[in-house]
Amino acid sequence: MGFKLDAKIPAGELAQKWSNHKAAIRVVSPANKRKLDIIIVGTGLGGASAAASLGELGYNVKVFCIQDSPRRAHSIAAQGGINAAKNYQNDNDSVYRLFYDTIKGGDYRAREANVYRLAEVSNLIIDQCVAQGVPFAREYGGLLANRSFGGAQVSRTFYARGQTGQQLLLGAYAALNKEIAAGSVKSYPRHEMLDLVIEDGEARGIIARNLVTGEIERFGAHAVVIATGGYGNVFFLSTNAMASNGSAAFQCYRKGAGFANPCFTQIHPTCIPKHGDQQSKLTLMSESLRNDGRIWVPKKLEDVKALRAGQKQPSEIAEEDRDYYLERRYPAFGNLVPRDVASRAAKERCDAGFGVNETGLAVFLDFKTAIERLGKDIIKQRYGNLFDMYEEITDVSPYEQPMQIFPAVHYTMGGIWVDYNLMTTIPGLYAIGEANFSDHGANRLGASALMQGLADGYFVLPYTIGDYLSHKIQAPKVKTDTPAFDEAEKGVREKIEKLLSINGKQSVDDIHKRLGNIMWEYVGMARSKESLEKAIAEIQALRKEFWQDVKVVGRADDFNVELEKALRLVDFLELGELMARDALIREESCGGHFRVEHQTEEGEAKRDDENFVYAAVWEYKGPDQAPELTKEPLNFEFVHPAQRNYKD
Amino acid sequence: MNFTLKIWRQKDAKSKGAFETYEVENISADTSFLEMLDILNNNLVHAGKEPVAFDHDCREGICGMCSLHIDGQAHGPSQGATTCQIYMRKFEDGATITIEPWRSAAFPVIKDLVVNRSAYDQILQAGGFVSVRTNSVPDANAIPIPKADADESMDAASCIGCGACAATCKNGSAMLFVAARVSSLAKLPQGRVEAARRAKAMVAKMDELGFGNCTNTGACQAECPKSISIAHIARLNREFLAAKLED
Amino acid sequence: MSCFLTKSSLGKKLVMSITGAFLVLFILFHMSMNLTAIISPEGYNAICRFLGANWYALAGTAVLALGVLVHFAFALILTVNNYRARGKQRYAVTVTEPGVTWASKNMLVIGFIVLAGLALHLFNFWAKMQLVEVLGGHASLVGGRTIAATDGAALIAYTFSQWYYVLIYLLWFAALWFHLTHGVWSMFQTVGWANDTWYPRLKCIANAVATLVFLGFAVVVVVYYIKGGCACCCA
Repeated sequence: MGFKLDAKIPAGELAQKWSNHKAAIRVVSPANKRKLDIIIVGTGLGGASAAASLGELGYNVKVFCIQDSPRRAHSIAAQGGINAAKNYQNDNDSVYRLFYDTIKGGDYRAREANVYRLAEVSNLIIDQCVAQGVPFAREYGGLLANRSFGGAQVSRTFYARGQTGQQLLLGAYAALNKEIAAGSVKSYPRHEMLDLVIEDGEARGIIARNLVTGEIERFGAHAVVIATGGYGNVFFLSTNAMASNGSAAFQCYRKGAGFANPCFTQIHPTCIPKHGDQQSKLTLMSESLRNDGRIWVPKKLEDVKALRAGQKQPSEIAEEDRDYYLERRYPAFGNLVPRDVASRAAKERCDAGFGVNETGLAVFLDFKTAIERLGKDIIKQRYGNLFDMYEEITDVSPYEQPMQIFPAVHYTMGGIWVDYNLMTTIPGLYAIGEANFSDHGANRLGASALMQGLADGYFVLPYTIGDYLSHKIQAPKVKTDTPAFDEAEKGVREKIEKLLSINGKQSVDDIHKRLGNIMWEYVGMARSKESLEKAIAEIQALRKEFWQDVKVVGRADDFNVELEKALRLVDFLELGELMARDALIREESCGGHFRVEHQTEEGEAKRDDENFVYAAVWEYKGPDQAPELTKEPLNFEFVHPAQRNYKD
Repeated sequence: MNFTLKIWRQKDAKSKGAFETYEVENISADTSFLEMLDILNNNLVHAGKEPVAFDHDCREGICGMCSLHIDGQAHGPSQGATTCQIYMRKFEDGATITIEPWRSAAFPVIKDLVVNRSAYDQILQAGGFVSVRTNSVPDANAIPIPKADADESMDAASCIGCGACAATCKNGSAMLFVAARVSSLAKLPQGRVEAARRAKAMVAKMDELGFGNCTNTGACQAECPKSISIAHIARLNREFLAAKLED
Repeated sequence: MSCFLTKSSLGKKLVMSITGAFLVLFILFHMSMNLTAIISPEGYNAICRFLGANWYALAGTAVLALGVLVHFAFALILTVNNYRARGKQRYAVTVTEPGVTWASKNMLVIGFIVLAGLALHLFNFWAKMQLVEVLGGHASLVGGRTIAATDGAALIAYTFSQWYYVLIYLLWFAALWFHLTHGVWSMFQTVGWANDTWYPRLKCIANAVATLVFLGFAVVVVVYYIKGGCACCCA
């Protein structure tokens, strides 16, 4: 049957759509807001800013996070910055240019109207954050400083040292604290959403597990907002935080929310290479390093050999024997090409045998030229903390020798399908930030994730949710002693009991690592029909194995990390398959999705705008059933998709 | 590398805990401290035993979730780094490593090495914010801020709220944490508007929650993973006393 | 306001800081006075006469006693509070953090030593000088000799002719040295008059004051001991 998708994109000129829409949607009076309850799951930039803003408006907000404090959400780890079209640098930036760069960077697989709105509110975000006391970097004149980022030819990235995500989150968290103190928001840390409750086809609440006591609790509300981030940890090794997971979003999918473009995964080009099999986590080095760092591998294979054998130091390789492959292939953008392009180029060189470490999976990021040009002090000022961190991890000083980097899973552009109001296919259920699919198409530009999280939370959702809630002003408080809640809770309890009773031989991590290997090998940077079919078969087999052989120790009514991980892996094991299925039907290469069958002669991604200008929206059809695909066509009224060109 | 680990195990907040000894073998020097614990835990799971509960998340030294008192030091032997940023090459092969949870009356143990740090959230809820509404703000460049002030504000704002300061302080004082927030906002014109109210409210909350008093030993700044200076404590003292003298 | 001085942690610390500063000033005064005893015992005795049972000297003594009492009482209150804040369960392993001085972590213990020394000192001198006058006397029997209540120099000479008093007093001054190395810069920190530029300077000042105080007091003791003919060498 499929979904009847209505993106609810307002009519009119691109620049007028959002204002027209705001004028057209309904609002809720202050007296009525007090009667309405909203649940927000997740406290990253999206969740915290939404909770704070909705609390300010007068709604009763309940906010949930799995960490011990809302401040720990993984938005905090974003290093580089946040984009906005302020044009403070006078380099001819504009809302349109930010919009254009974002839609082009996303390889024309995002909605024009959403992306334009994102660019439009980007300036408000900077104003808001500065007023909250976010200590952005400043120039000597006291005004805000900017840096440039991949995929853009202007300097529009605002930053707070290498801790921009942290500072923005602390701003949103402070705003949230203000509302918690005022009593309009109630915070539930160390709580994990395990199911969505639906009554009469509308979202009515969630079932959550208190991670300290193991208690299963019910929470009702007139609307539920999912702000739980991305699902990159399906790969086991990623730059995501250890506890980042796709489970809340996946429960929504199970309950009937469409899941869009799950295969769109961003592989970040500048991560520290993997060192062995016992690793749990990959560490990202900020994209801002590409501002001054130059990426290269040796031109000669004998140099590669000498490097791997430790007979030669990278600094000993002569300038003419170095292949600055990004500068060679993409003269216009050089080392600042978008992430997908940079990652694929690194993979191409490593596949050709030029990888510079023992595993053959690393390239150099070199600051020699920048240190010569600017001096060590300036480089230290700009990147000192990142250099120290690199040295701590690898025991190599980037001031002396180039860094080694390799791509790693970083961000998922795909997510829960939402309309222009950020509402999912389930009425009353919203998804914001990385958890939704809406703004980045097939590839996200650097410094745009923070922008989207805050745009959704501060400036979009607070308006659009009112349109839905205006129909709920007569609705009573949601009761949680109904059959729908009973059933959801029962399902959760049964799942937990089942997991604890299997008592097999493999730990949750053992199986998760195997899933990660399958994903990286077959659904990673280069995908093919063959590899994806293999992935689907292997994931299905692994899922079966999981349910027969996993060993989850401990009790249900206790602080039990193994159980938490097992519950998340249950969903990853399904999400992985869904990603592979999505990648399989998308017979083109675009952004982070690269199908080896579809490339130009020069090895660039080859899009198919004849057949694939759509968002692939998947509908859950039951356990071990193939999901059903509905397509939301993307209409490009204002920009014309062209092959992305970062060469000239 | 091989290690002997003496780890504090405690069933829950009410139970009495004790140290237990474990051995881990064949650990690469490039393994992070928490990866080493992951390996231990995986071994424990295979043996059918309960793994050691410990807090962690981003593993990039920024979320503030990880804690641990390792061989007598909060966040282990490195200065200016969190536990998740410690690598096993910092330890001698064959060493015995003692791992304890944060110990402070305001941070009760939840399980094993996991403690409850919600007191820090409560302090910030008392006033660690600028009371601006969404959208009710001027242009970002409307208020110029001297670079030095912005930088100093950023120094203080780099606090990750991990709790190492109170856990390290012999008095269980949270002054460095409170000072970091008060000082960060006090250095900016946006934060000055309610600076007096903030300093008083946050200090009162800190006292109420049972944190100790600062005796200026400086242990907090030595163990702070972000190396936040006690100069911010001096600023908090100044802000607080000035505010009180105006009452 | 009075309530914040006794209720708030920062208020209590302000009291510590102000009483501490007051006591440091007194100690510096006392030290200069003592130094006079080396140059001119008569001059010293003149000061002693001046600080006898007069109303201003008594008032000064009372304020001083109050200062010591408040400083000590607040130290106890704060320490009890701190002990509770640390929790029942203590760390099994602890280290001294880099840059942290021993004195800063042991101020109460050092304070007790200083206080014990003070008690002895009051017994040795004050009880035989101002107290005697307050009680209406003019002299007291010390070590088989009658010494006038205003003859401080004789009392010093007598006391420090005994080697064990020399030793005890020097230990006392050492304790005071430790107490001041932390206490002096700490006063500035507590009132908020410190920053990263000034820490090295303040700590230098603190060390200088502490050392000055130690030397200033010690020299009197040692000089009188030597003058007295080194009882310990003869004994």
